[in-house]
Amino acid sequence: MGFKNLFNTKKILSLIAVFMLLGTSVLFAQDAASAGASASPATDAAAKDTGLPTAGYYILMFLVVCFFIGIIGKVFRVYDLTQQIRGKKPLNWNNVMGVMCIIFLVAGLYGAYWSFTVQGSMILPAAASEHGGILDKMFWTTTGITMTVFFITQILLFTFLFRYRYNAKRRAHFLPHNNTIEKVWTIAPAIVLTVLVIFGFFTWKSITNSVDAKGEPASINIDITGHQFAWELRYPGKDGRLGKTSYKLVNGSNKLGINFKDKYSYDDLQADTMVIPVNKSVRLNIHAQDVIHSVYIPAFRVQLNAVPGLPTFFKFKPIMTTAQMRAKLDKPTFEYEVLCNKICGGSHYNMKKVVRVVTEAEYQAWLAQQKPYLTDQLKKDLKFATTEDSKQVQQNRLALNN
Amino acid sequence: MSTLSVHDHSVAHHEEDHGHHHHKETFISKYIFSMDHKMIAKQFLITGITMAVIAMILSILFRIQLAYPDKAFPLMETLLGRFAPGGRLDSNFYLALVTIHGTIMVFFVLTAGLSGTFSNLLIPLQLGARDMASPFMNMLSYWFFFLASVIMLSSFMVQKGPASGGWTIYPPLSALPKAMPGSGMGMTLWLTSMVLFIASSLMGGINYVSTVLNMRTKGMDLWKMPLTIWAFFLTAILGILSFPVLVAGVVLLIFDRSFGTSFYLSEIVLNGSQVQPFEGGSPILFQHLFWFLGHPEVYIVIMPAMGISSEVMSVNSRKPIFGYHAMVYSLIGITVLSFIVWGHHMFVTGMNPFLGGVFMITTLIIAVPSAVKTFNWLATLWRGNIRFTAAMLFAIGMVSFFISGGLTGIFLGNAALDINLHDTYFVVAHFHLVMGSAAIFGMLAGVYHWFPKMFGRMMNERLGYLHFWLTFIGAYLVFFPMHFMGLDGVPRRYYAFTEFESMKQWLSVNTFITWAAIMAAVAQCAFLFNFVYSIFFGKKATQNPWEANTLEWTAPVEHIHGNWPGEIPSVYRWPYDYSKPGADEDFIQQTVPLSQTMSSNLPHDFEDNPTGLEEHAKWASTQQSNEQVK
Repeated sequence: MGFKNLFNTKKILSLIAVFMLLGTSVLFAQDAASAGASASPATDAAAKDTGLPTAGYYILMFLVVCFFIGIIGKVFRVYDLTQQIRGKKPLNWNNVMGVMCIIFLVAGLYGAYWSFTVQGSMILPAAASEHGGILDKMFWTTTGITMTVFFITQILLFTFLFRYRYNAKRRAHFLPHNNTIEKVWTIAPAIVLTVLVIFGFFTWKSITNSVDAKGEPASINIDITGHQFAWELRYPGKDGRLGKTSYKLVNGSNKLGINFKDKYSYDDLQADTMVIPVNKSVRLNIHAQDVIHSVYIPAFRVQLNAVPGLPTFFKFKPIMTTAQMRAKLDKPTFEYEVLCNKICGGSHYNMKKVVRVVTEAEYQAWLAQQKPYLTDQLKKDLKFATTEDSKQVQQNRLALNN
Repeated sequence: MSTLSVHDHSVAHHEEDHGHHHHKETFISKYIFSMDHKMIAKQFLITGITMAVIAMILSILFRIQLAYPDKAFPLMETLLGRFAPGGRLDSNFYLALVTIHGTIMVFFVLTAGLSGTFSNLLIPLQLGARDMASPFMNMLSYWFFFLASVIMLSSFMVQKGPASGGWTIYPPLSALPKAMPGSGMGMTLWLTSMVLFIASSLMGGINYVSTVLNMRTKGMDLWKMPLTIWAFFLTAILGILSFPVLVAGVVLLIFDRSFGTSFYLSEIVLNGSQVQPFEGGSPILFQHLFWFLGHPEVYIVIMPAMGISSEVMSVNSRKPIFGYHAMVYSLIGITVLSFIVWGHHMFVTGMNPFLGGVFMITTLIIAVPSAVKTFNWLATLWRGNIRFTAAMLFAIGMVSFFISGGLTGIFLGNAALDINLHDTYFVVAHFHLVMGSAAIFGMLAGVYHWFPKMFGRMMNERLGYLHFWLTFIGAYLVFFPMHFMGLDGVPRRYYAFTEFESMKQWLSVNTFITWAAIMAAVAQCAFLFNFVYSIFFGKKATQNPWEANTLEWTAPVEHIHGNWPGEIPSVYRWPYDYSKPGADEDFIQQTVPLSQTMSSNLPHDFEDNPTGLEEHAKWASTQQSNEQVK
């Protein structure tokens, strides 16, 4: 075998030595170069860092580690051989691995405990919306059940491994099947899952029901439209209704494609921040213009995709104002945020809209300051019969107020 | 019966004649365009491992970005050029890395690399067949796969970079070349590659199914097949039924991209003012088509790993697999149910909420067979006599990951809880444990276990131990903390967590995860070295190094065309007679007739064989009377 000669140990050793020598010399050369560079800025361009020497250094380190692992392997081998020569048993790897399993179990349990307490305390605070409370309850129930199963099964797995590690004197227990116990562990999970399914099904149904029930005060309708890479908001004006839109009407001055022939659109308001009143039902009408986005407000447990050509809705009721949440978390800069949670392009990671939950009075004050989409410029562009129309709108509003 | 064996004889002679006189194998016919299932298995394995290493390097690249979002690495610019200007990854290229990492791992490594390798190797050898039903199609299957791999990787060479819409390539993002750079040429290459890949997968799958159904040796009825074969068989059926749907989806996407149709496109405005002419399509349609494959796909990935682990655990605990029938029925249950759960990937897409409710019910039902399998594995270990081979450790690792990752599926399968967990790091943690790590551990268990069968040499066990512990611990360190990130509402596929105040607390955790990932990646060198070195210089393997029962260990170590010299052995018993009371050794191979093991036979062995049972009863009573005489 030609290969065998190629790989004999002496040659490998010398090869590693050559590598180390080469590596150090490259490193020193690099040091010298950088020293030179700092001394004379003229050579700056020439000594542009390519990162290669650093990589070489790490590869060298890796090879050294491999070398040591090789040595440790040889030490074990020599130990085994001497044991054999002395007529004693060589190292019993089955025992070693059995013990490793127990060590892993103990360390793993501690690690899991640490993770649950330290990282577990970094997760979202309790839901700041009405339906979120139910979800949280369901989440903790599911966590309780699954974590119990998790700990029991993992503990059994690794203790079995240690307890029943190989022993030449023993024979395994021949147990091909046991119908009773198999039935038990088919039916038990089935029952638990049925409970979770029923609980989940009705919760899901109540959350996704986006139509206002009879007698219920009407939700505030807010349009949220995603495009690369921002969210646009639209609030209804005094009439409480949003005007129609069409993607065909979108242009530089009418970025949402609002149909200004629809009289409900005249007073639609633009907003930079999603300000909503506390304890009032809000219905988000979710749209997308170019690709799929996803409206995700973790603090409210709200998420729904924004799909071009398929308007979707999500209804929720915030129960804590931003100020209350700031006080509760002791974070004076805390804000509720809308994130985009469906890959939508290069700046997907930075598609944010601040949500501010305020009291009803603050909300009304804020709303009064927002500007309508129908700007004077737009009116001119659309050749609106401004005077008459706006008068009519004015009258309508008066009528509504009465 | 006798005619069959005579026939087999003649075939064997024929083959031998071939080998000696006419059939000179050239390098090309033996190593490249080979039609021998064992060689094709090796080709799949080595290509799969190569792809896995590449995808792993991609993951390390984007992990470095997540750990050090503000730091420049000059080496990145040296290696990646325009994709990492100034030593920092471009945000579009970050998405490309994520996309190609996912695609390669799911399809090229865990579908082709896993099923392709072990179905090819084990189906003929464990069933007692001379080769696959159609060796030529088998060869084509590999070469289509190879071509698909080359095209997928070639997308790194195009100007705008590879596909970058996520491995699920949802339109409109993937359909509109203007939406992101990766949706240009890179996406075209992705789609071409996948069509070839699916063709490969179908040719393989049809071959596996027909071989299992038609080419079993004498005595090998379905209930005597090892669980590996059951798993490969059902996996192949899943693939045959679901992959064509992805082709349909992909072809429609190609139409939308290139021929101006609007199957998936509707009401689109680009850059705030460019109104597109598409009307009437539905982006959700693609998601339905994609996940109709996509969900069975995760079972295509995990079922072979389950089969391999079951076999390896039984052999190395020296104990029959507990509840063989239950294991098979749960595999069948998973196969059937996996077709009606795809909607759980779409709870928050705006799909009709009622549908979401229905998919939630079917999804949580599929947890039952999975739970049964887990409990049966634990029961297999109970009171066993466990030999810690490297393969055994990886099989155990698979079980541990399957439990950890499977349980979080109960959260995600619940539509209501999914509202807040969808597309967060919780999902990333879930599927990397349950189908990523678990499946790759199943695959590695298979490699360590059947290496002697493939290459006639043994791998180094101690390097295997080192490899296992570093990888096992590494994988938990990487994925366990991710659950908590997900519970904090941190979304996946984010280039950096620097833009949101609330996510900055996870930066240190990200650094930790990255270093754990680097450790686990470096640990793979132990495997690669072990693998390559052992092919050439490993200890020579004996015929049955693990003292296993299945048929492949009755074939000679030296590979021959047709697997067995002379007649194919017949099968008389199930594959799990380990540590049977009354037997001389702690294993009885499937080829040993019951008449040779009178002392260890149980009434149960004669379930469908009344004459045999009578004989057994007679033997038992004479035995008893002899005892009394003594």
